[in-house]
Amino acid sequence: MAKFLKNRELLLVGAITVLLALITLRFPPFVAPANLARVYNDTSILIILALGQMAVILTRCIDLSMAANLALSGMVAAMLNAAFPGLPIPLIILAAITLGTALGMINGALVWKLDIPPIVVTLGTLTIYRGLIFLLSGGKWINAHQMSDAFKALPRDELVGFPVLSWLSLVMIGLIFLLMSRTALGRAFYAVGGNPHAAVYTGIDVGRTRFSAYCLSGALAGLSGYLWVSRYAVAYVDIAAGFELDIIAACVIGGISIAGGIGSVAGAVLGALFLGVIKNALPVINISPFAQMAISGMVIIIAVAVNARAERRKGRVILRKAEAV
Amino acid sequence: MKILKSLMVTAAVSLALMANAAHAENKKIALVVKALGIGFFEAANKGAQEAAKELGDVEVIYTGPTSTTAEGQIEVINSLIAQKVDAIAVSANDTDALVPALKKAMDRGIKVISWDSGVAKEGRMMHLNPSSNALIGNMIIKLAADNLPEGGDVAVLSASATATNQNTWIAEMKKVQGNYKGINVVATVYGDDLADKSYRETQGLIQSYPNLKAIIAPTSVGIVAAAQAVTDAGKIGQINVTGLGLPSEMAGHVKSGASKSFAIWNPIDLGYSATMLSYDLINGAEAKPGAELKMGRMGTVKLDDNNEGAMADPFVYDAKNVEEFAKIF
Repeated sequence: MAKFLKNRELLLVGAITVLLALITLRFPPFVAPANLARVYNDTSILIILALGQMAVILTRCIDLSMAANLALSGMVAAMLNAAFPGLPIPLIILAAITLGTALGMINGALVWKLDIPPIVVTLGTLTIYRGLIFLLSGGKWINAHQMSDAFKALPRDELVGFPVLSWLSLVMIGLIFLLMSRTALGRAFYAVGGNPHAAVYTGIDVGRTRFSAYCLSGALAGLSGYLWVSRYAVAYVDIAAGFELDIIAACVIGGISIAGGIGSVAGAVLGALFLGVIKNALPVINISPFAQMAISGMVIIIAVAVNARAERRKGRVILRKAEAV
Repeated sequence: MKILKSLMVTAAVSLALMANAAHAENKKIALVVKALGIGFFEAANKGAQEAAKELGDVEVIYTGPTSTTAEGQIEVINSLIAQKVDAIAVSANDTDALVPALKKAMDRGIKVISWDSGVAKEGRMMHLNPSSNALIGNMIIKLAADNLPEGGDVAVLSASATATNQNTWIAEMKKVQGNYKGINVVATVYGDDLADKSYRETQGLIQSYPNLKAIIAPTSVGIVAAAQAVTDAGKIGQINVTGLGLPSEMAGHVKSGASKSFAIWNPIDLGYSATMLSYDLINGAEAKPGAELKMGRMGTVKLDDNNEGAMADPFVYDAKNVEEFAKIF
């Protein structure tokens, strides 16, 4: 399995390289190092979110509410900043992460304690969280001039040549990698998704593990909420509308199995980068907006198709074993 | 038959009496808005009060539901009918749902017009659009051209590629493009009214067209995202972001210089004009295709085949007035 995964990730690296080569044919400046750094920076938020989604998907769940969580946390961060301009930024970030985690906990608790299918839970909370933003803001926007300069500056500030936003995503990749590979919780995510029954026998609390996964995705969504709002310098009800699909697409492209148990940090990051390159390249290679939509969709379908084929083989084997037990 | 006839006569006479009684006092014009407490409509009320003051014998009743629902507006309209107002000027929450209630009002001799957000043709005597597609199309390119005496490359950042409004405005803009010498529209891109996509599309424009001088975004999400992207790229002063936006959302970007000016209809003028038109109708003016109705200081409006008219050019906001309007909407 490890070998297969490795191949998949190499395959993805190959695909991104080919993609970059194709883009260069139409728009050479795209591969300039400065521009690639910009593309990475632009994809940073998607990467952070994909890492959270990965943890959830690994446990055979899904979090459709991530973008709504991001929007709500972001709105609260922006409103805090607008109401109390003197509040230190780290405190606002902490508030956003705390709120995001709390919202994730609601998802997790519903999945854990009430045993409702995750897709239903998060579909419900998605709408609830979006609705809450409206209730909170009254449908009003928080605009650039209402945010303090420090609030907007943090993700843009440069540290050793790169924006803080890029550094932050790199730190997150590192942390999640350690979590996944070096901690009991990280291994439990894989175990719960790979075979929940076997996980129970090894003493893993499946519900609690899923709950933890939702907390993680919530916390990352909360952090991204602040980053999003300060990067685009605007907060309103519909920010990041539909972005949950991009996050899931990044995971799927990255080879994280929707059936749970299979996936890696590198896969999620590469999946997000693949989408990020496409999103950033489409505006400059000058093709019709309708073709853009078709291309984005096609890429996702191809990735899912490749993934599904791989999964079907895997799935059968696991099921047969389970039945044999 | 005879009974019916006499009944009808009685009804007609009493109705006429009632109408007379109402006319003896000030004329009551109800300004019905989508919901109370929205800055845009509060501003429209300000304009309506200004019109009432100017006219002298008019009392403006500013009302509406507490949330933007058609049911709420129907209730409000029914109570206005009971109060025997002389005219109702409504910005509708639903094109069709209000028609029966407004028909009832017209049957009672109340003049009904819609403004801002219209109702179906059979539910009103006329509709006042804040502006027309042709005026908006002309305005957005004019905004770019006014700051480019030497001419130069400009690009359009729209909402989605299928957005009817935006596509019509852009088409109208292209029609009059020849009037603005040296202005070269190099691209139209679509940000889908998503902040992140609009931001990315703007970055793409900056990369693809190094000589870009202005970005026209006829959408409120797009114009804000474009202004932010221009700011982040350090292109303030080099690329001017303009188009249609709200003062409260654009105030910061005007201050930073990312946007020199932008436009949107002026709600004060809109409330003023709606009141003036209602007054015209009360005083016997007829709303029919081709008719020209007076709107006080806003001039006249000419009705088209659907009894619709356009008030004026979108109102231009710049560093001088944006702060003041940002408080309103």
